[in-house]
Amino acid sequence: MHYIYTFLIMLVFWVTLSGKFDLFHLTLGVISSALVSWMSADLFMLDPKKKGRVATACRFLAYFPWLIKEIFLSTLHVAILALHPRMREEIDPTIVTFKTILKKDIARVALANSITLTPGTITVRIVEDVFYVHAISRKAAAGLPGEMEQRLARVFEGS
Amino acid sequence: MEQFFLFMGIGICVLMLLTLYRVVVGPTVIDRLMGVNVFGTKTTVLLLIIGVMFDRLDMFIDISLAYALLNFIVTIATSRYFQHHKTLSATGYGYSFSKREKSDD
Amino acid sequence: MIDLLTILLLSIGLFSFFSTTIGILRFPDFYSRMHAAGKGDVFSSLLILVGLGIYSLHHFTGASILVFLKIVAISVFIFLASPTATHAIVDAGYESGVKPWTKDKQEEGSDDLAT
Repeated sequence: MHYIYTFLIMLVFWVTLSGKFDLFHLTLGVISSALVSWMSADLFMLDPKKKGRVATACRFLAYFPWLIKEIFLSTLHVAILALHPRMREEIDPTIVTFKTILKKDIARVALANSITLTPGTITVRIVEDVFYVHAISRKAAAGLPGEMEQRLARVFEGS
Repeated sequence: MEQFFLFMGIGICVLMLLTLYRVVVGPTVIDRLMGVNVFGTKTTVLLLIIGVMFDRLDMFIDISLAYALLNFIVTIATSRYFQHHKTLSATGYGYSFSKREKSDD
Repeated sequence: MIDLLTILLLSIGLFSFFSTTIGILRFPDFYSRMHAAGKGDVFSSLLILVGLGIYSLHHFTGASILVFLKIVAISVFIFLASPTATHAIVDAGYESGVKPWTKDKQEEGSDDLAT
């Protein structure tokens, strides 16, 4: 089943990139997508027996607008700090650590990327379930891991 | 509208020049790497704006896509390479030009 | 109408590129520069790409829809790749022992152009 999903995604990508719809190019696309999905479908979807991929993808899309809002806020925050005349008094960088409750790798990757994109924090490294986060001020460090972890737990590990 | 895109491109070029300061004098090699990464992202956008200006967006967008992919791979590969240089900030790679000249004397 | 929307999106994008660059030049150490580089880039690239995509839908043909789809592909790729690249660079710096700047002891050699 995961072969078919990979094949369809690759075919859509091929058609988008080539932009030609005659028989020759479509045949080439089908052949190369079949080759790629035969060779690397198990890299693309690590666990073939897993159910409910589509539901997870839909929940992730619902998580998206909140993330966009956070990115807007974080860009505003960085802009204010960068253009602040006495910037060195405003910032107070620290490295903090916390343990996450998320179990799956993909959820941890999403959490790390979300932490990087939210105001005042970037992920430095992940060792097992401990996150090392560099925060630019004490206020940003106090808000970790916050609401985001709950949301991601609902997205990736709910039902 | 054409003029707006022209000024937009010029603005991005100026910002790229400013980023180049960090690439040339950044204290450590990691700073330079970050400058190159930001530079590449700006190039991706600049290529699209050039495409709109010449009315050949369908051609320039492929170049831009390839540039974005290449930029990501360059960043990952170089940062993995420099990961285990323990003395990065003390000697060797990490120094700016002026300091290296001073230490030679 | 479409022109106005494009001008608005591109101007905000250019402004946030500007603040990113100023942040890269002014922040005191490598980690806080990474804050500016990682966040401002994603948002401003997304804004400018979306603006250009809307502008390319001006002449509504099959080719312009393909161009729009490719722009969406680039946006998704930047959205995934830029935080990952940021994380890779910061991890490399942390691993090779770059000290973070703190308020108490100001290190030498990291305060160029920042006064």
